[in-house]
Amino acid sequence: MMHRDLTILVIDENAIRASIIEEGLREAGHAQVTVIHEVQGVARIIETLQPDVIVIDIENPNRDMMEHLFQLTRTVSRPIAMFVDRADSASIEAAMDAGVSAYIVDGLKKERVKPILDVAVSRFNAFSRLQRELADAKSALEERKIVERAKGILMRMRGLSEEEAFALLRQTAMNEKKKLAEIAQSVVTAAGLLVR
Amino acid sequence: MRGFQRWESIGMNDMTLPETNKALSTPSRIASEGARTVRAGFIPLVDSAVLVAAAEFGFARKEGITLDLVKDVSWANVRDRLAFRQFDVAHMLAPMPVASMLGLGSNPSPTIAPFSLGRGGNAITLSTKLYGRMREEGGLADPEDALENARALARVIHLMKENGEPLPTFGMTYPFSSHNYEFRYWLAAGGINPDSDVRLVVVPPPMTSDALAAGAIDGFCVGAPWNMVASERGVGQIVATKQDIWPSAPEKVLGMRPQWAEAHPETVARLLVALDAAARWCDQPENRAALAEALADARYVAVPVDIIRRVLAGAFTIDPQGRQRVVKDYFVFHSGYANYPRPSHALWTYSQMIRWGQATFSRSGIEAAASAYRPDLYRQVLGGPEEAEDFRVEGAEPGDGFIDGHVFDRSMIEEYVEGFAVKAVPPTGAQYQEI
Repeated sequence: MMHRDLTILVIDENAIRASIIEEGLREAGHAQVTVIHEVQGVARIIETLQPDVIVIDIENPNRDMMEHLFQLTRTVSRPIAMFVDRADSASIEAAMDAGVSAYIVDGLKKERVKPILDVAVSRFNAFSRLQRELADAKSALEERKIVERAKGILMRMRGLSEEEAFALLRQTAMNEKKKLAEIAQSVVTAAGLLVR
Repeated sequence: MRGFQRWESIGMNDMTLPETNKALSTPSRIASEGARTVRAGFIPLVDSAVLVAAAEFGFARKEGITLDLVKDVSWANVRDRLAFRQFDVAHMLAPMPVASMLGLGSNPSPTIAPFSLGRGGNAITLSTKLYGRMREEGGLADPEDALENARALARVIHLMKENGEPLPTFGMTYPFSSHNYEFRYWLAAGGINPDSDVRLVVVPPPMTSDALAAGAIDGFCVGAPWNMVASERGVGQIVATKQDIWPSAPEKVLGMRPQWAEAHPETVARLLVALDAAARWCDQPENRAALAEALADARYVAVPVDIIRRVLAGAFTIDPQGRQRVVKDYFVFHSGYANYPRPSHALWTYSQMIRWGQATFSRSGIEAAASAYRPDLYRQVLGGPEEAEDFRVEGAEPGDGFIDGHVFDRSMIEEYVEGFAVKAVPPTGAQYQEI
């Protein structure tokens, strides 16, 4: 038997992540996907859209607003939080760890909803990974910059060559069991205090 | 996180052991329960104080418990994380376990409250603009009288309707919250219908003062410290505190899954002992400075310590001009059995759910609502009032009245709800069954 396409509403304040999820859902063959970035006016959207599934970022404090909405309007008939199958604790845990929460119209077959949640979960995870990598790259760059500055200070103040300045930083880091960047930061901070 | 589920199943063994229920059993027993670390979800509010004090000032450790406090952003999350075993216990709005037991909300999973986390902390703040109209157009005589404030607001709303102005929008925190019921109680006491004369929306507590400043809302009812934050910023006027509405009104409770409580009787007992000691400590004036310091920390409420200190003292700056009002017992963490989960409070909550159309009255509803509060667990560990006191007539004692003078007797819930002039129109059926 053919099912009608499920209508999915994605609420995510992070526009990039929202588009990643949307793309994932479309790739999985869902055509009825609506994405909103803020909850302003969400009541009307839900009323007109009548979504079967609402995916919302678990860190979004407006989840409490959604609860209120479900109390007021009966347009989303008996929405249940999140979970396709309460017995399937692995799925629940995966969703929560990924930061996904969802509301699902009661009575939908779990085999129809599960793939949607799976897509959301994997896309949330992919997004976190991307963000982590970006943050790592950023901090690596910051660290390199600070080490360069510390080297420059040592070269100037102690008349060292670049190699000697670097070796001194590295040796100090090893002696003090600290990261090179931390020692470099101390040098920069100290220089800022002393030279002025 | 993963271990919690295993504990739940291993816990079955404990149920075959004799019930001692005293906090004196050997530590090896607690080891068998597996839950020396108790993961507790909380929302950054001053009324998480008892949990914070238990974790920060050694009360939990003394009982052999590591209290792992996890900050969350929404009550819906707290409820779900408790239901799905990411938390063992949680800082919850008192009506949340009641709603769960009644099957209300989008994820009603059985939740019990064996301990209340104290009374107080709520207040209602209106925008300075709306308040100005209450003074100028509403004929407000005594600005310190909460009921007078509500009546003046009613007169302003009447004028707004006559002028065809948009009606005020007010924020609260959650459909099953003391704030929702207290705000509605105050409005209704002034003759305002919270469903048709104003628009009630949910605003997360930390956003309330910004929303008020931006004009997105015209007022809110929320816990501390957010009322004070708004009045300090000069955007809001505090018009009623919880003490004005009903001093005994239940506020936050410690929620847990009944299954978990059954599987970990020893942990529950130790936790209650720790929380009781922490609550007692929180009440002592000489500890308030240290408590304020701890709560102000970024890991907890993360607002300036000075504001928390004054909130704890109930010393309010009620308007942008800096007028002061000291509310006695604004925060009570322990004294007067503040931690005792009194079932008549759960039933009062149920009565308000009926009053506002969230629930319907039934015998089984009474049982379900009362079963959310577990004074038996409290009493086993900490003693407590006479069992006969579990169902008190509420609002009858001097100094503990409701703002409108009504008295709540749980044997007459239907009559009590019927007795309010302002209440939700009973559903006609069609309205509620539509799709």
